[in-house]
Amino acid sequence: MSTNSAMEPGTSMEEQFEVSKGINPWIRWFKLLLRSKTGTTGFIIVLTVCITAIFAPQIAPYDPDAMNPANMNAPPVWLEGGTSAHILGTDSLGRDMLSRVIYGSQVSLLIGVFSVIVAGSIGLVLGILAGYYGRWIDNLLMRVVDAFLAVPNILLLLVILGIFGSNLITLILVLGVTNWVIYARLVRGEVLTLKERDFIRAARSIGTNDRTIMFKHILPNVFSSFIVISTLSVATTLIIEASLSFLGLGIQPPTISWGYMLSTGRDYLATSWWLATFPGLAITITVLGIIFLGDWLRDVLDPRSQGRRP
Amino acid sequence: MIQEQEKPLLDVRNLKTYFHTENGVVPSVDGVSFHINKGEVIAIVGESGCGKSVTSYSVMGLVGQPGKIEGGEILFEEKDLTKLSNGQMRTLRGNEISMIFQEPLTSLNPLFTVGFQISEVIMLHEKVSKKIAKQKTVEMINKVGIPNASKIYYSFPHQLSGGMRQRIMIAIALACNPKLLIADEPTTALDVTIQAQILQLMKDLRQELDTSILLITHDLGVVAEMVDRVIVMYAGQVVEEGNVFKLFENPKHPYTKGLMDSTPKIHERKEELYSIKGTVPTPMNMPTGCRFYPRCEFAMEKCKEKAPELLEVKQGYHVRCWLHEEGEVNLDEEFNRKPATT
Repeated sequence: MSTNSAMEPGTSMEEQFEVSKGINPWIRWFKLLLRSKTGTTGFIIVLTVCITAIFAPQIAPYDPDAMNPANMNAPPVWLEGGTSAHILGTDSLGRDMLSRVIYGSQVSLLIGVFSVIVAGSIGLVLGILAGYYGRWIDNLLMRVVDAFLAVPNILLLLVILGIFGSNLITLILVLGVTNWVIYARLVRGEVLTLKERDFIRAARSIGTNDRTIMFKHILPNVFSSFIVISTLSVATTLIIEASLSFLGLGIQPPTISWGYMLSTGRDYLATSWWLATFPGLAITITVLGIIFLGDWLRDVLDPRSQGRRP
Repeated sequence: MIQEQEKPLLDVRNLKTYFHTENGVVPSVDGVSFHINKGEVIAIVGESGCGKSVTSYSVMGLVGQPGKIEGGEILFEEKDLTKLSNGQMRTLRGNEISMIFQEPLTSLNPLFTVGFQISEVIMLHEKVSKKIAKQKTVEMINKVGIPNASKIYYSFPHQLSGGMRQRIMIAIALACNPKLLIADEPTTALDVTIQAQILQLMKDLRQELDTSILLITHDLGVVAEMVDRVIVMYAGQVVEEGNVFKLFENPKHPYTKGLMDSTPKIHERKEELYSIKGTVPTPMNMPTGCRFYPRCEFAMEKCKEKAPELLEVKQGYHVRCWLHEEGEVNLDEEFNRKPATT
């Protein structure tokens, strides 16, 4: 029997036994995933988007930057005037929309996921510290949070990006640093109630130190609400990135992101709606996939919800 | 008695734990002294809010903000726990002194298997490998009387019944063979049949492991079941302390007598159960003099003016009441002699 299987917080008794009989944990997780429709859907969507991003050069039919002045704003294939050469049409410079959407996934995914990871980690750690220790640490951190909330986010972003310039890494970091406050607030609130719970006192009564209590006993318990917020904020991050592009401080051309395409496509909404619609659709579907996957993950990490599964 | 000569395992002297709230200072525990000898089981009894739980938390060093130990000593094997650092306290907790809480469901982390939670304390204090900790855990689960231990190891708290969860809590508390076990109302959240089982289990394990037990309860039935000595607390003070048989047979403090009279007895039929009139005074308007006198049937002029000290009426038997100032008085006789005043 492998002892480490006992430490997995997210598995029910039966699963634990399967593991103890020597089943590969990856297969076990995969089985758990297949049991949930939402989880499977989310997983397929996210996997597809990731593969698209990684193999964009192989998948995309055209060079996303290849302009064709003779074929500007061509509609998608199913509309009148559309050709099967450009399935999703072309943009205002005659570039193939499908190829651009495919390439755009790279940057959008990087920004969406990593800035949420940056923001989430900062918020999680500071929120736990503030909630757990209380007193002046809490006061200090929460006043910082207030300060961040008082300044409009976009203004802050503009200032920082104006100073440091805009490239992928700074963009991810800056979006992370400006968004951590939501997580810190949420996590602090959760920790405030959790730390008064009996099992935390019980953990203390067996001689556990503060660090272990915070990161081993409290952290897994705030994870469910944390996952919900972070999956939702992938979407907002992509939109913020779009508005930054619109203001000229986001991703700079020729690099493409869905947000950038969305904001440039807005000018042609009345005449060529597909310029903004397809990147928008791509954002929506990706976010939906991430939310589904997050929802499943939250369920699986809570041992109590396992009984309710089919 | 010879036992009295021995150094006690735990000696609490004049313990004062105050809570500094926005409305002023609340003296939850106000000058409490008691001791526990090795292998002894004692109980602290009293109404809700009399300070019995705070006393136990003080011993564990778990008094949360805004509470603070303001004075007194807690000598555990002659070390003063109030003077130990957090780190030193941590090595004692769970290892030498451990605690069982009232609510077995909320006292277990819902996200971890019970096996993991038991082995956690073993790994923490005995610095053994996961494998050995697991073996010991399965042993402990067996010891607290749960069959099929290796299967239970992998269950989550919500999959177990209340009684089983409390057994798991006991397993956690006793995993490192502590010298002192503090049980804070361990049976309150359980139904009566399970209560009896849990008490029996605690009695058996105490014999086996030679652990002293400090039982916090308001259930006199539980006290009679398993305790050697009883401490009765009222409004943050010890009002009576002594051998369980003597105390049950002939309570010396009017408050203890009231508690006894308000417990239903199986061979007595009464229309209405006795109740102590009035309520526990709030700490903000504690009466001068004896804290119990506004509710006391034996109250005298003196009680109003001067607070009684804890008097030793017999060897090892203490009462905080003016009635016994000039020697021991039998309350029942006293009660019959005096016409009841309401």
